[in-house]
Amino acid sequence: MLSLLKHAYDLFLTTHDFNMQIAELNKTATQIRRDIVRMVHQCKSGHPGGSLGCTDFLTALYFEIMKVDTDFKMDGKNEDLFFLSNGHISPLFYSVLARRGFFDVKELGTFRHINSRLQGHPTTHEGLPGIRIASGSLGQGISVAIGAALAKKMDGDDKLVYCLTGDGELQEGQIWEALIFAAAKKVDNLIVTVDWNNAQIDGSTQQVCDLGDLKAKFLAFGFEVLEMNGNVMDDVVFTLTEAQLKAKKGKPIAILMHTQMGFGVDFMMGTHKWHGSAPNDEQLAKAMAQLEETLGDY
Amino acid sequence: MSLQNITFTDKKDTRSGFGVGIHEAGKANPNVVALCADLIGSLKLEKFIEDFPERFIQTGIAEANMIGISAGLAIGGKIPVATTFANFGTGRVYDQIRQSVAYSDKNVKICCSHAGLTLGEDGATHQILEDIGLMKMLPHMTVVVPCDYNQTRLATKAIIERVGPTYLRFGRPVWPIFTAAEDETFQIGKAQYLSEGTDVTIIACGHLVWHAVLAGQELEKRGISVEVINMHTIKPLDVDAILKSVGKTKCVVTAEEHQRNGGLGDAVAQVLIQNTPYPQEYVAVNDSFGESGTPDQLLEKYGLMPKDIIAAVEKVMARK
Repeated sequence: MLSLLKHAYDLFLTTHDFNMQIAELNKTATQIRRDIVRMVHQCKSGHPGGSLGCTDFLTALYFEIMKVDTDFKMDGKNEDLFFLSNGHISPLFYSVLARRGFFDVKELGTFRHINSRLQGHPTTHEGLPGIRIASGSLGQGISVAIGAALAKKMDGDDKLVYCLTGDGELQEGQIWEALIFAAAKKVDNLIVTVDWNNAQIDGSTQQVCDLGDLKAKFLAFGFEVLEMNGNVMDDVVFTLTEAQLKAKKGKPIAILMHTQMGFGVDFMMGTHKWHGSAPNDEQLAKAMAQLEETLGDY
Repeated sequence: MSLQNITFTDKKDTRSGFGVGIHEAGKANPNVVALCADLIGSLKLEKFIEDFPERFIQTGIAEANMIGISAGLAIGGKIPVATTFANFGTGRVYDQIRQSVAYSDKNVKICCSHAGLTLGEDGATHQILEDIGLMKMLPHMTVVVPCDYNQTRLATKAIIERVGPTYLRFGRPVWPIFTAAEDETFQIGKAQYLSEGTDVTIIACGHLVWHAVLAGQELEKRGISVEVINMHTIKPLDVDAILKSVGKTKCVVTAEEHQRNGGLGDAVAQVLIQNTPYPQEYVAVNDSFGESGTPDQLLEKYGLMPKDIIAAVEKVMARK
């Protein structure tokens, strides 16, 4: 059934509408990348690398895949929900939420400043619309997403719950508690995406503490596993659509998303150095020259 | 109001009071969801599970995941009650509680049995004596330590009705029941006066409230006028009750099945230091781990018996 679906989708990919749609998403993603670099430059801190790497994914999720209400309600009943476990890529999350209409894009300029709702790591504490849980201390998001997914099941709510984690984050033990649980209890309205960029603060994941065969691990833990190139928009949209179709069939779903840290800004790519550092004025100018202002800067 | 009339009607474990309380709360409110990390029998959850199987989540031995799932359930509008032993439900998962529950202000109830030395023979790995301190330090967190079976049942229902992250601490041993089954004076954040006195105030929580009553009865026989306060809510603390009582008696003894560091005694001391400093003595575990033994042997060895409260009263009155 899925091969037929893929065939149909491949045909669809060739259509004018779909190409327009992908072009539109790419345009949005480019502006979001601009926002990210400008935000971390402005406060001289933050995490641009992972944020840029995951931009295509989160753009597709919020602008194409999920059904969300920008008139924010914490319980998210009858909406798709997203939980960011690797909270340090907050500049991306904030820009996506603002560009999607959860709050004014002007507020992006307050990122990491005193008295801001845009804390270094996301929090519900300041009442920023779109945020449902604090994250930053790693490894906790999948558990929270499972709880939200179970609440949806109890309420007969057929919407889905998405969660994004880093790959280095998978070194946290709580992740594996959550994976065991999700498969054992058939939490099949859950789609976990792993940002598999092979990079973390102290170096490559292989150097720091090798994750081994991630696909085999997720399969062994009882997940339905998909893979995609997280920096090719039509692959992201297709794979997320496939994940939606595979949901609610008895297994939780994992998407192993290959990305490049720093994607979209050449000097930030191919290194873990930009995990947690901000560009200077000169570097900002270089980055801006590579990222077209498509929707107007904040 | 004298202590001489206070007597116990029966003996039961406080965790059984929790079991009855959560069942009643579950019956009254369809949003109540119980979670447990492989300790159903110890937490007395059988009746809840039997009547509301669709609202029970067995997480297995994975407390961190249980706390996270609870936070997620709370987002969805449920009232999750996460249960395990106090050691595994607080210290083991402190960061999960801090970030996903307290900082995120989720309506999660962390309800833990087997707190303190009275867990007994399993020894120090399981006898947490730091949990009150850990939980009360977290912003947003309410901390409740009921004194007997009846009060644990009432406290369970009360914390579930009240919105906000909460830690409820109770224990394993059968213990005298001396509060009323339907005690209308029980209110979260409101201290209970078990006697009125003018010579000394004894403020206790949990199992040690009974020892405070026994100590007070003996002291009354010796002609000392004792005011015994059951401080079942450690946070938010009933500051007015402390100031009113100690302002009158001019000295206080605190008694708890917990470390001196960070417990009820420290909470009371902080209030007094900032207002009207009067002499205080602690009856608590003095910077030590527990060990295996029967509850009575342990309470004796670690100085938490009525005679230890009496000795502390004598000492504190001499310091007035």
